[in-house]
Amino acid sequence: MAGPRHPIESGAPDPMPLMHPVMKKNYGKWVFHSHPKPGVLYHRAESGDEIWTVKAGTQRQMDVYTIRELCDIADKYGEGHVRFTARSNIEYMVADQSKVEPLIKALTDAGYPVGGTANSVSMIAHTQGFLHCDIPGTDASGVVKALMDELYEEFVKCEMPNRVKLSTSCCEINCGGQADIAIIMQHTKPPKINHDLVANVCERPAVVARCPVAAIRPALVNGKPSLEVDEKKCICCGACYPPCPPMQINDPEHSKIAVWVGGKNSNARSRPTFHKLVAAGLPNNAPRWPEAAAVVKKILAVYKADARPWERMADWIDRIGWPRFFEKTGLPFTKYHIDDWRGHRATFNASNHIRF
Amino acid sequence: MAKKMHDTPMLDQLESGPWPSFVTGLKRLAKDNDMTVDLLGQLEASYRDTKGYWKGGTVGVFGYGGGVIPRFTELKDESGKPVYPEAAEFHTLRVQPPAGMHYDTKTLRWMADVWEKYGSGLIAFHGQSGDIMFQGIKTENVQPAFDELNEAGFDLGGAGPALRTSMSCVGAARCELSCFDEARALRTVINNNLDDMHRPALPYKFKFKFSGCGNDCVNSIQRSDMATIGTWRDNIQVNNDLVQAYYKNHGMTDLVNDVVSMCPTRAISVVKKADVKAGEHTSVADLGDGNAMCIDNKNCVRCMHCLNVIPGGLLPGKDKGVTILVGGKGVLKIGATMGTVVIPFMKLESDEDFEKLNDLARNMLDFFAENALEHERTGEMIDRIGLVNFLDGIGLEIDPNMIIHPRMNPYVRTDGWDEEVAKAEERKNAAAA
Repeated sequence: MAGPRHPIESGAPDPMPLMHPVMKKNYGKWVFHSHPKPGVLYHRAESGDEIWTVKAGTQRQMDVYTIRELCDIADKYGEGHVRFTARSNIEYMVADQSKVEPLIKALTDAGYPVGGTANSVSMIAHTQGFLHCDIPGTDASGVVKALMDELYEEFVKCEMPNRVKLSTSCCEINCGGQADIAIIMQHTKPPKINHDLVANVCERPAVVARCPVAAIRPALVNGKPSLEVDEKKCICCGACYPPCPPMQINDPEHSKIAVWVGGKNSNARSRPTFHKLVAAGLPNNAPRWPEAAAVVKKILAVYKADARPWERMADWIDRIGWPRFFEKTGLPFTKYHIDDWRGHRATFNASNHIRF
Repeated sequence: MAKKMHDTPMLDQLESGPWPSFVTGLKRLAKDNDMTVDLLGQLEASYRDTKGYWKGGTVGVFGYGGGVIPRFTELKDESGKPVYPEAAEFHTLRVQPPAGMHYDTKTLRWMADVWEKYGSGLIAFHGQSGDIMFQGIKTENVQPAFDELNEAGFDLGGAGPALRTSMSCVGAARCELSCFDEARALRTVINNNLDDMHRPALPYKFKFKFSGCGNDCVNSIQRSDMATIGTWRDNIQVNNDLVQAYYKNHGMTDLVNDVVSMCPTRAISVVKKADVKAGEHTSVADLGDGNAMCIDNKNCVRCMHCLNVIPGGLLPGKDKGVTILVGGKGVLKIGATMGTVVIPFMKLESDEDFEKLNDLARNMLDFFAENALEHERTGEMIDRIGLVNFLDGIGLEIDPNMIIHPRMNPYVRTDGWDEEVAKAEERKNAAAA
């Protein structure tokens, strides 16, 4: 009798057999690129070989029919090779320029927006949400769909000062990552503890150790070993929830949406930056989250009108200053914008540099 | 087959609008996939109640301790039976993509067929760690689905306290700014350390990411425990024809506003051609109108801005290599941290160079495994033990490129000063040799 099959520990596959032949041939030998129009990139190699890339947005969570349709387009209008970007856009590479326009038409006709290149608003990096996460405060794919519907024109055109990267995260762990604008769940109440379950489900010392502010301690509740939270200390971060689901942090009413701006991963111009809190307290309003969308659109409109060419969100705010950012966007400045976490004093203005 | 669809009034509202709709996709699957019918039922319940209904558990494949994300429904009726039984088990297989996420249609169609056969038919390209996420499979199908993917050359990714699936940018495959072979670096580091991916036994997760230049298209400084980023030591290369083509289209105002004044170290100047002081470390572009643009490469920090604005006109130098940063991570538990430079420059061209990178990666993993506390990321460990102790442990020399500025407080015991000065002299002499 055959035993169980042992896995082949092959790791990350070699991309070479799957790569477009022109990219493979000119690997490491590219010398020029340009941006002929939104959604299209042109690259030229040392050898003189050329390749055009047509980029289209997808829903990331793709059913097999969508995947087959994208493949049909690649086989009929493209050259059978595609790649995905870090933000789940699909890229079709063709060595024949005459294929570019028919490819754009085929994608657009099938409902895949062509764009997302250069100074556009790119697809939102997103997480799993209600669809698959075990600790989500909200959905991810739905928030992204709702927002991208609103930002569609900014994806298919390139009219922003520089590229704009967005992310969403369904809890404060922020799996969506740093972004020019990030939309993140923000819990506002300490966890509600289901004391009947803690002893059986949670490794209590591990939960105590997870708390960033030492607000959790073991306790005997109704004669059962459980945990208690010092609600004055609690910062409502939800760190205790993954290791201990009875520490219910998600609250349909009180878990809100916050908006953060000015995250930048690139080293271009300034060093990479983390995004900063600008708005909170927005309702978790499925299925289209109109209040969060309105704040994002407002910020984008002001940035678009006011930033100089090549300024990312962070560069723009660095030039005009935070008081002007709040003034121009009309977003209220509150005590919650003033940091009190470690290193906070380095975020204060220790000068008479004030813009009037 | 084809269980009756549940009413999904909230999700239905996500079918309108110009962006591709995942709900429409799920409904198409649900026509002949009962698991997706019930998934839509549960998802609608989450929308209605603003509440997630999944819990984790333990599901895996033979020989591996990770790579499958188990999901069991928590939405039960009064008798404890799942309200949506066909989606009561809805696990995900994390599968490592080819480095750079290149596919041909044959492979994608085959993946779709495999997932239609064993799972829900829902696949994400890709998750935030870079995995292909084959979503929605019952426990009994996990092993056969994995076997079929694995036999064809695909392997599970990382989950839990383990080495995680990695990402590299498009890089050398299609970008003139690429400074090393990103795919080879990724496959060297990841594929030599798979034991730590498949059998999770680290204090917490460990991520490597690989970006070909400072534009850092895979967010390596922010999102990885060890970032490998392309750079160069010599002068920016100039293609004078392409610089002039830019200049002809944009003129002096754009050149000054968009290039010269946005250089973070003010390393670029426009001078009269007659006044150009040619130097070993100066890149000069003749603008063709009696002016020239000069770049002081000794003061350039390789931020990539001017190369981005004048593509092809300005290119990375020839003496390429990588900078290594360590300790990037997300929010929990000390707050988000960026990676810190631990190797300002190393070559990454020859087989020996790649071997050196591999040794470094192994060393990082070993030190992390032995010294981090439970659930502590590398960035938090460095926060706790200090950069100097970390470098000591890894066996790396200190370098002023690791800091933004020196210490601002006197709270340090400096009675080893003379010995440290001697070491600094040694480092200087070794570098000169």
